[in-house]
Amino acid sequence: SCPTMCRAMGLAGVLLGLVVVPAVLVSTNLRHGALRTGAEPEPSDWELAADAGPEDSLWPLPQWVRTYPRQLQLAPSRFQLVHGAGSSAGPGCGLLQDAFRRYYEYMFGRSRWRTWGRRPLAARAEPELFQLQVVIEAGDPGCDRHPQLGSNEAYYLSVTEPVAVLKAPEVWGALRGLETFSQLVHEDDYGSFLVNVSEINDFPRFAHRGVLLDTSRHYLPLKSILTNLDAMAFNKFNVFHWHIVDDQSFPYQSIYFPELSDKGAYSSNLIYTPADVHLVIEYARLRGIRVIPEFDTPGHTQSWGKGQKDLLTPCYNGGQPTGSFGPVNPVWNTTYGFMTEFFKEISSVFPDEFIHLGGDEVDFSCWKSNPEVKEFMKKQGFGTDYAKLESYYVQNILDIVSSYNKGQMVWQEVFDHKAQLKPDTVVQVWMANNYAHELSSVTGAGLTAVLSAPWYLDYISYGQDWKKYYSVEPLKFSGSEKQKKLVIGGEACLWGEFVDATNLTPRLWPRASAVGERLWSSSNVTNLQDAYKRLRHHRCRML
Amino acid sequence: AENEPSWETPCTELLVYVSTPGCDGFPSLDSKENYKLSVSKGSMLLSAETIWGALRGLETFSQLVGRDENGTYYINETEIVDFPRFPHRGLLLDTSRHYLPLRAILETLDVMAYNKFNVFHWHIVDDPSFPYESSTFPELSKKGAFNAMTHVYTASDVRTVIEYARLRGIRVIAEFDTPGHTLSWGPGAPGLLTPCYMGKTPSGGYGPINPIVNSTYKFVTSLFQEVSTVFPDFFLHLGGDEVDFTCWKSNPEIRAFMMEMGFGEDYKKLESFYIQRLLDIVSSLGKGYIVWQEVFDNNVKLRPDTIIHVWKDNNMQYLKEMANVTRAGYHALLSAPWYLNRISYGQDWIEAYKVEPLSFEGVPEQKALVMGGEACMWGEYVDVTNLTPRLW
Repeated sequence: SCPTMCRAMGLAGVLLGLVVVPAVLVSTNLRHGALRTGAEPEPSDWELAADAGPEDSLWPLPQWVRTYPRQLQLAPSRFQLVHGAGSSAGPGCGLLQDAFRRYYEYMFGRSRWRTWGRRPLAARAEPELFQLQVVIEAGDPGCDRHPQLGSNEAYYLSVTEPVAVLKAPEVWGALRGLETFSQLVHEDDYGSFLVNVSEINDFPRFAHRGVLLDTSRHYLPLKSILTNLDAMAFNKFNVFHWHIVDDQSFPYQSIYFPELSDKGAYSSNLIYTPADVHLVIEYARLRGIRVIPEFDTPGHTQSWGKGQKDLLTPCYNGGQPTGSFGPVNPVWNTTYGFMTEFFKEISSVFPDEFIHLGGDEVDFSCWKSNPEVKEFMKKQGFGTDYAKLESYYVQNILDIVSSYNKGQMVWQEVFDHKAQLKPDTVVQVWMANNYAHELSSVTGAGLTAVLSAPWYLDYISYGQDWKKYYSVEPLKFSGSEKQKKLVIGGEACLWGEFVDATNLTPRLWPRASAVGERLWSSSNVTNLQDAYKRLRHHRCRML
Repeated sequence: AENEPSWETPCTELLVYVSTPGCDGFPSLDSKENYKLSVSKGSMLLSAETIWGALRGLETFSQLVGRDENGTYYINETEIVDFPRFPHRGLLLDTSRHYLPLRAILETLDVMAYNKFNVFHWHIVDDPSFPYESSTFPELSKKGAFNAMTHVYTASDVRTVIEYARLRGIRVIAEFDTPGHTLSWGPGAPGLLTPCYMGKTPSGGYGPINPIVNSTYKFVTSLFQEVSTVFPDFFLHLGGDEVDFTCWKSNPEIRAFMMEMGFGEDYKKLESFYIQRLLDIVSSLGKGYIVWQEVFDNNVKLRPDTIIHVWKDNNMQYLKEMANVTRAGYHALLSAPWYLNRISYGQDWIEAYKVEPLSFEGVPEQKALVMGGEACMWGEYVDVTNLTPRLW
């Protein structure tokens, strides 16, 4: 059960009065990826009193952590998060200003500290920590830019009196470091805010760490999406894969094609206006999260047909149209005309370098029934191989999207059906059956891959299923070192068939946290007991 | 046009007619929940034998009221005659594995009323925590609750739950599960639990309630005296499930007792010995009891009006158990196929819906002994953050 104040490290209060020479390391977690000394250091080498380790609530576990028993206290009325000397970012950096306020609130806002009732400093043994200074090292901090696949999320954190320092090449690392710092600050039994002297060097193992939400099967109100972005930031996720439209509904309000949502959304108030979309993108940006929209075609498009006539393939039965429709019609020029316009809008609305184009689960039966399509197949010499038709369509879309200088993400079928992909296309591997083999194939073909197959979190089950997500090793497939490098990360997917705002949060979290650590932390961070110890604190803190 | 609904004079009142007096009582297993609802041009009448039926009828009435595209409220002409197939339709909440704040319990009672549930089975204490604030034994929650200040149900909280439930026609049946599932009782009641042994010395750990010492029965008498007063329903759930014999077996005093009593190596007899005395105590307090199926399975002597709660579900064995229980002449409650804590992907409500409680082999007299069933939401993985979407 979670103590009401979510006091993660009450036992740390036991260490009151201990003044230890800094060189004596009583608690050390050396998990630097480069230090491959062979055996995992034995827990007995560094066990602290009971399980009072200050890193007992760090999630995801940083690459390299060193904590000391010496503690510093923080006074909410005096403690400040500031820009350090030499930082290329300053008060004009809105992103950091916003983060300072947010993290201050996370650390101190929960407990109703009073500004009166000041106790003289001498009454406590611990020195006071007055500031966390944030220093951005790169010449151009990136304050006003959007995070990208190549963004640098590394940071160095040194917590020592009188001032702690957080150094990061770019603001994205500073955001990650602020989250970690906030996880180190804890309250003791008396309500005092303490932090152990620590040193942390951290960076993510994988650059693409995402969460997929599906707003078509069930509409998700803005609040749900924003709350989820907060939770993602707590777990250092950096990609929000917005599967925004699908068969069931089209909530995206398009500027060029307003009929799409007018006719395709569940109802007129269950839409995302351009303002809503901007809000999501900016809210995400301030948390270092990229928003990759997915406009899945040619399958999964029933709702598109409501607002866009002559886009979907009319299905036939015995020479007559049945009145129902199938995937996007790949043989009409108007299809590509529409897509050119549509993706022009998408490319300008969504600033990320990548757009997800879907391409999964295309049902060929409607195409097979349509005489025009059959005619086209003959003309193109595709025979009866409809995968070729699908690839023909997909390639056209890829070209269209490329012309807008956007990179493309696709589901694995696009690769499996042998479409011609650009070298920097990202293939999302989602089919659970033998996904290791698929990773080998995709990376073997020189393409980058993102893994989702073992992380379909919509597949709920009884008990602690977070363990099975945690135990996945994304690089466990046969391939060269070069191939392994092509796996840029993964995504936890929460498909919406059985999910809406009433159950999203408890279903996704903290199960997705397991994926978050797997994608950020070092590959040798696999101990389930240790993970459980940290995860239970982390989960209560997230609440 | 022919098919357009004709808007008759707006209905201004639903008349509620109850034939048996008594608004201040508590619902019971025998309460009549039948009602008749008649909505016609000029009059809307809900008539029921008791206030409990009126509550059910009000819920139904509220479900009939619709709203059209213009926002106008309307109701179709309707005739309804309704009564429950089973008199015991319950929901179990577990407030020991995870504490549930009062508001979560009250909210659940509301939704139960929407679904015409009429029994709240409050599995209030268990191994992990003891949140029930006892006036006779305050140490139980002081030492046994997750946090004695914040994770407890005060006497006032309990009264609130009972009254909130009563107003919705819901009985509150408290379960104080013994002799197993009692680890949290230990800290506040030294000497109650069996000390486990490692060879000749105590291991420091504890097991089920110690059945061989008189102090146990003194304690149990006092506790259930209080519980019987606090909870007005005629029935108490006494648990009796999953008693782990390992600790008893390790304890030399218990082994000696087993020999003395001629129980041999059959610890089920020891369990029965305890349960027997517990049932007698509770009977003498004027309460009826419900027990988990093990108590029946282990051949404990039971009063004829005991209700056996069937919960074990390995390969549809529960139907056999239902047959056995009813053949022996006892009343039965079914929960086995309705462990809603066991979540799974997709529309699993369908499996729960397909269950037919009476589809076991037996004569009509047996079938008549099935009082109903309970959906169980055990709390190992459930707290206030996910209770509602998991349950409903």
